Amino acid sequence: MSELTILVLRIALVLGLWLFVVAVLLILRNDLFGTTVVNRGTKPDPRREQRPSADPAQAASLRTDPSVIATALVVTAGPLRGTTLTLGRTPVLIGRAPECTLVLDDDYASNRHARVFPQDDEWMVEDLGSTNGTLLSGTTIEGAVPFRPGAQVRIGRTEIELRRGPR
Amino acid sequence: MVTVVSYTARPRRLLQALLLLIAAALGVLTYALVGLGREGELPADLMTISIGAGVLIVVLQIAVMWRAPFADPVILPIGVLLNGIGIAMISSYDSAVNKFTAIHAEYAGRQELWTGVGVVLAVALMFALRDHRMLRRYTWIFAVSGAVLLLMPLVPFLTDEKYGSKIWINIAGYSFQPAELAKICIAIFFAGYLVSRRDTLALAGPKVLGIQLPRWSDFGPILGAWAFCIAILVFETDLGTALMFFGLFVAMLYVATDRLSWLVIGAVMFLPPAIFAATLLGHVRTRFTCWLDPLSRENFSSCEQIDRGLFGLANGGLLGKGPGGGRPDMVPFGHSDFIYTTLAEELGMIGAFAVLMLYMLLVQRALRAAVGISDGFGTLLAAGLGFVLALQVFVVVGGITRVIPLTGLTLPFLAAGGSSLVCNWIILALLVRMSDAARRPAARRVDADASASPRRPQEVAS
Repeated sequence: MSELTILVLRIALVLGLWLFVVAVLLILRNDLFGTTVVNRGTKPDPRREQRPSADPAQAASLRTDPSVIATALVVTAGPLRGTTLTLGRTPVLIGRAPECTLVLDDDYASNRHARVFPQDDEWMVEDLGSTNGTLLSGTTIEGAVPFRPGAQVRIGRTEIELRRGPR
Repeated sequence: MVTVVSYTARPRRLLQALLLLIAAALGVLTYALVGLGREGELPADLMTISIGAGVLIVVLQIAVMWRAPFADPVILPIGVLLNGIGIAMISSYDSAVNKFTAIHAEYAGRQELWTGVGVVLAVALMFALRDHRMLRRYTWIFAVSGAVLLLMPLVPFLTDEKYGSKIWINIAGYSFQPAELAKICIAIFFAGYLVSRRDTLALAGPKVLGIQLPRWSDFGPILGAWAFCIAILVFETDLGTALMFFGLFVAMLYVATDRLSWLVIGAVMFLPPAIFAATLLGHVRTRFTCWLDPLSRENFSSCEQIDRGLFGLANGGLLGKGPGGGRPDMVPFGHSDFIYTTLAEELGMIGAFAVLMLYMLLVQRALRAAVGISDGFGTLLAAGLGFVLALQVFVVVGGITRVIPLTGLTLPFLAAGGSSLVCNWIILALLVRMSDAARRPAARRVDADASASPRRPQEVAS
């Protein structure tokens, strides 16, 4: 093979390496994922994920049937005011960490602050050793206590109410 | 008012296939150019190499599509490309040694063999390990295995002392560096241990001079692990590995607790052993001299390796001598410890920087998986593994280019050495598994949890 061919191939190799790097960077540029906190009121993002429930058919029937009573956590005060979280049968983790079900943007909340979970047909709220404590109707809770509909739980500057009713 | 938005990652399996193909092609091209540059003809085994590379990338692609369909699309292609360039550079070293010296070198063939073993193990791991959280159940088993692996070179009939360091063991004629595997075990142990203790490590304990100190009961086991690593590695006289374990330890503590005080504590803990080693251990003192002043007349002979490495880098210059055009045989260990000079001499600064960029992207993907993953154990493990890769590259390249004193670590995927290569493929498989968990859409995550690990420990309750 001629010297020129080898030279061209050598240049092609170094170019190829950098093109590979650039290709990877371009892929990563379009590769957003995960949870992020954004200001409400800005334009809705078309790529926003519609979090589907485990069984879409069941969820659809729940949504349309007015006789079904659903329990929901409603944030009544704090930065996330107005947020509603419908409770299923699984425990709900509340805190600042991204892995929480309800991610609070609240400086006075701990990373994993409290847990709301079902037990014997009623909901319980449990403080997970948070720094500032969890208040149920004004009193600091120790361990797990029943969380009745209408009661208010205060986590940092956030107030959460348990509501029961038709959808 | 703010709200929380979730974005779903796209799987991008087709792009991964394309990148794998390009990576393998670039590796094979480098290999061919080494033959053309050195001997003026294509290497005899080019066909075998191409077919082997093709088979390996097909196996990797199928394994990912089957077992980790949401995994990060760039992790494996970067690994394949680095591995391919590494084999080509080792073959360049081989051919230079065979052409210009009387010694016969045959490292590239071994490296190809170990690549195959590494890829097979990585694929097996992807199949066997359906959920990285399974590893958390065996936290203490990994601690013990890591300790045993680190101790193995001290066992008289296994030890294989080479180049002043007792870090090798010899089983049935094959040398193995157990510290490489121990690194993974210790990373899993730290992740499993720290995830359950991080709150107490971060919050409980006295505050001294504005620094939050941990309680002794929390600190004890970690301090023990640290002292264990350091003591063994000082007895085995391998400071590079000690530095790697120590860096891993501090980085994972920092990730777990999010406290800067740990970095301060880490630096304070690192100083006494470093000063002790630099003043009292002869070969470390030489390393320091060679770091500060390798080219002066009185140090020239004792710093021969690093000097020759620097001459190699200078010979390569900006554009390099081209694959097969350099003289890697002039640098001692130009195939393993000093593979970076071989690379920089033949591909030049431009090519070497492309390779460093590849490392940076790989580490970034590991850290991205760590951020995206929804359990603390995965975060710690991915961050720890990514950090170990970064630290190894920094220590090796920094040592060769005289940023820091030279220590004996291997450049991941590039350097010749079976144990290092196989362990790096295992790390890559773990990262693929964890990036898959991080990018899996929420609905599918529920399904996978229900079927894969019914008695998964309740993350919420712990």
